[in-house]
Amino acid sequence: MSTPLLYALTGAVLWGIGLMGLIGLRHLLRKLLALNLIGSATFLILVGLAQHHNGPDPVPQALVLTGIVVSIAATALGVVLIRRYFHLTGRTELESEVPEAGRDEEGHSG
Amino acid sequence: MSNWLMAGLLFTPLALATVSLLLGFRQGRALSWLGMLLQLLVSVGLWWLVRHEGGFYYTLAGWDAPLGIELRVDGLVVTFLLLTTLVASGCGIHAGFYLEPDRPWQRYFWPLYWFLWAGLNTVWMGGDLFNLYVGLELITLSAVGLVALGGQAEALRAALRYLLAALLGSLAYLLGVALVYGQFGTLSLADVAGQVRVSEHALLMRPALVLMLVGLALKTALFPLHGWLPPAHGIAKSPVSALLSALVVKASFYIAARVWLEAGVAVASQWMAQLLGVLGAVAIIWGSWLALCQPRLKQVVAYSSVAQIGYLFLLFPLTFGVEASVSLHAQQGITLQVISHALAKAAMFLAAGNLILAVGSNRVEALAGVSHFLPFSLFSFGLAGVSLMGLPPSGGFAAKWMLLQASMASGQWWWIMVLAGGGLLSAAYVFRIYKASFLERDEQDHFYHPDRRLEVAAMLLALASLGVGVSGSQVLSVMAMPFEEVQ
Repeated sequence: MSTPLLYALTGAVLWGIGLMGLIGLRHLLRKLLALNLIGSATFLILVGLAQHHNGPDPVPQALVLTGIVVSIAATALGVVLIRRYFHLTGRTELESEVPEAGRDEEGHSG
Repeated sequence: MSNWLMAGLLFTPLALATVSLLLGFRQGRALSWLGMLLQLLVSVGLWWLVRHEGGFYYTLAGWDAPLGIELRVDGLVVTFLLLTTLVASGCGIHAGFYLEPDRPWQRYFWPLYWFLWAGLNTVWMGGDLFNLYVGLELITLSAVGLVALGGQAEALRAALRYLLAALLGSLAYLLGVALVYGQFGTLSLADVAGQVRVSEHALLMRPALVLMLVGLALKTALFPLHGWLPPAHGIAKSPVSALLSALVVKASFYIAARVWLEAGVAVASQWMAQLLGVLGAVAIIWGSWLALCQPRLKQVVAYSSVAQIGYLFLLFPLTFGVEASVSLHAQQGITLQVISHALAKAAMFLAAGNLILAVGSNRVEALAGVSHFLPFSLFSFGLAGVSLMGLPPSGGFAAKWMLLQASMASGQWWWIMVLAGGGLLSAAYVFRIYKASFLERDEQDHFYHPDRRLEVAAMLLALASLGVGVSGSQVLSVMAMPFEEVQ
């Protein structure tokens, strides 16, 4: 098995674990961590898969740097929202008390 | 000249966002009036430039792809920039008078608003896949912030759900981009499109396309991935809901459509196109039905967005494996649908916000008797409803008529039933609101009168959505402006 393929497959497995975590776990911080795992898996695939053009390729590494900045911003926003939500309700899960607030695709299935 | 226009479109919204972060709500508002005027001048200037000299590629700061950011300016981009200016200014003016300036958190509205605008402009002009991702994330983060702004637990819950869904969507899209880069070693959409057509074994392109489309469908709230949209759009402040429904969901759809039309059609299969169309059709019927059943006014409008987004996904079956003329017809119909829905839905949310302000409750039954007190806002709501139903002479009619013709010309008659059924159901939910507001009830005859300027903003957008129908061919002529294929 070639190295780029190994990286890509590892990334795919991590993506799967992250997705399962996002759907299956209830605690909001865990959901956020699962999203971070998915993000890292994506970066791994982005850098790993592009190696077959004569050695390491600098472009995806630059992209991943940008991607990390974006994911830090998103994580920070998520943490702020979760903290404020916890302060207001004392809850760490998304369960809706109002039935019309809509079904959530990530909550009840797990 | 194009340097100045690009700076105006990309740099000033970011600069305004940063500066208004330091100001209070009132100073931020004054600054934002100037910013809106500037955006109007710049986007009209760009229209003038493209009309006379044709579209062009623009490399930011002179750095070429792959390291530099490539921007593409053509007729369609100009159409969307003008639309953004119109709708975002309308919502911004409404917000300026709707939000209470004395609440401390309201000063964060303007920074988020301008970051959102910067993200939208980036997405419309973005020519490479990764830059589109960054623009999309900028939009997502500021939109989530706007939903949560000053909200209570319910708003935070909706914002969190929105954040989780939208981030998952972006990451699925980014994974697709990673596969495309691994396959072709380029991020420029034009290069990818060129290579897809010549290469025989683009093994990763099909999974990449599926991932990108699924991720973007989640962000556009295509059935059955729409669960996050009604709570978020229903709970946000009315001008924010208007911005989200009118422009934010269109950004991810726009990327999906560009990827599909430029590179996707070559590797997709008939079942993928039909599946997307069927999901769109289910969204139209199911979303309209749920809109009819909602007890709260803004939820009605939010579910109506789910339904109207369904129409956009008819693009995929109507452009796959059909003649070029039919495909062009479908693309024009979808563009008109995007424009008229953006204007009509913004008008509808703003009018709904005024009605809620007047009766002091967001329940549909509470509207009884409001027709005497707020006829102007109710009329805007109705005009927007006419466009959503697809009655002539509105923009919605022109769009649905073109989709109808494209369905018949391509022999896909089954979409015609969906278009007709969706129109009837939207008529039902608009008339339900009208029925509620014309009922007389004795106990309540005390209504709060909102600021006149709030009603004018809603009215102007509703009139614009009618105007799109009357001047459909002029609107489409902007989209068809020439593009020079030189780099």
